[in-house]
Amino acid sequence: MDMHFDQHISRQFNEDLESLKTEMLEMGGLVARQVADAVDALANADSELAEKVLQVEEEIDRCEMELDEHATLIIAKRQPAASDLRMVMSVIRIARDLERMGDEASKIAKMAIALTDEGTAPRGYTEIRHIANAVRKMMNDALDAYTRFDVESALKTLAEDEQVDMDYRSAIRELVTYMMEDPRSISRVMNVLWTLRSLERIGDHAKNICEQVVYLVKGADIRHGNKKNLR
Amino acid sequence: MSTMTLNAGPAAAVGDSTAEQNLVNTKADIKTVGSPFCDDAKLRMRNVNVFYGETQAIHDVSLDIGRNQVVAMIGPSGCGKSTFLRCLNRMNDTIEGCRVEGELSLDGDPIYGAKVDVVPLRARVGMVFQKPNPFPKSIYDNVAYGPKIHGIASRRAELDEIVENSLRRAGLWNEVKDRLDKPGTGLSGGQQQRLCIARAIAVSPEVILMDEPCSALDPIATARIEELIDELRENYTIAIVTHSMQQAARVSQRTAYFHLGKLVEVNDTETVFTNPEHELTEAYITGRFG
Repeated sequence: MDMHFDQHISRQFNEDLESLKTEMLEMGGLVARQVADAVDALANADSELAEKVLQVEEEIDRCEMELDEHATLIIAKRQPAASDLRMVMSVIRIARDLERMGDEASKIAKMAIALTDEGTAPRGYTEIRHIANAVRKMMNDALDAYTRFDVESALKTLAEDEQVDMDYRSAIRELVTYMMEDPRSISRVMNVLWTLRSLERIGDHAKNICEQVVYLVKGADIRHGNKKNLR
Repeated sequence: MSTMTLNAGPAAAVGDSTAEQNLVNTKADIKTVGSPFCDDAKLRMRNVNVFYGETQAIHDVSLDIGRNQVVAMIGPSGCGKSTFLRCLNRMNDTIEGCRVEGELSLDGDPIYGAKVDVVPLRARVGMVFQKPNPFPKSIYDNVAYGPKIHGIASRRAELDEIVENSLRRAGLWNEVKDRLDKPGTGLSGGQQQRLCIARAIAVSPEVILMDEPCSALDPIATARIEELIDELRENYTIAIVTHSMQQAARVSQRTAYFHLGKLVEVNDTETVFTNPEHELTEAYITGRFG
């Protein structure tokens, strides 16, 4: 079924739904920027950029609360049904994922500050860069799929999470081996580990966004591996 | 992939959009989607066509109404939902020039046919209308009237019991028990409607048809009636026509969407309101066109 959110008898309803979606995508853009900045701050030992990420975090929290409030108002005023209802529900869910992605970006920024303070570049940066590129792509593709109501692309992006999880696990194994060989590096490598963990979580949230694209367009709840719900 | 049209300028307002054009183009050939049939059908309708003179109001509608189930019928004005409802106890017989074709049965007994007596039929299939229409009699007599003329009860004690039970089931007893001899027309709108429901259930019907029973009521009276519908479902099968989508969503287990005399979709109410199958249903329940 084609998705049309601009054809209600009430033009105000069209505008409400449109601005809800726009706000959510703006928040998505902001969070994507945060993740990119946090990773750059870490890679370039740029603690100034990391500080900026920590400041913008508050703005993201505010976005989440605003989106929730607008979605609540739409439910109260319009009692949306069918695709309209799914649109509102998906925005509420995605806003929460985005906010958590923002939290992870802040954690990475904190690691960046800690690692910069310690000076020398430790092991694991290659893995960070590799996984960061993968989850940033996932995140952008997920939001893009939402913008275009593109289920196919959402499912493709969703599947990429498996590779990220595998890369994450093999990076962890490697870093654990490294720590065993050189216990003096443990505190530094732990920061790298936490960063990888945050990136992996961001990938999970991107996957959740993809699932909401499927829910919005197809009305099927495929969370927690329930792909069979997709007719 | 789905197409997206979000940047709605004034030019994209309802009348000239391609999506609506597509909908109009599909109207000519509507086949019912969803699950119109059920295993334990109380009412069975097959290939029903209704004509008002030359005009066809219902086109080839087939639908089951399950036992102890509430089926909501929704659709824009003039879509035929009330006409269809009125076929179920032959209320359309009173309209001159109205002709009903197809098979309609209640527990296997034909509803139409030369041999069928409509009086007992209407005792089995009761009806509640849009506007409360109590008789200009006392509250007691409003409820006792049906059992009396149908010969269900004649002794005063029996009648008393039926009146009290019916008023209790309609959730009205406590409000009227001290003034049963006062005229039914003196009650508030919501109370009058519950009186009409008490009157309908006094003759122990099997099915209750409701034609927009709450459209003349305030939200509190409406909530009472909706609560009542849910309770009545234990003992009766209910078909309700409503213009309130939220009401259909709240009270029914299955929802049937009518459009231009055709049955477009029948599905579980949950499905209809979260993920309808037919794009006409989607357009109607989301207020995309009237």
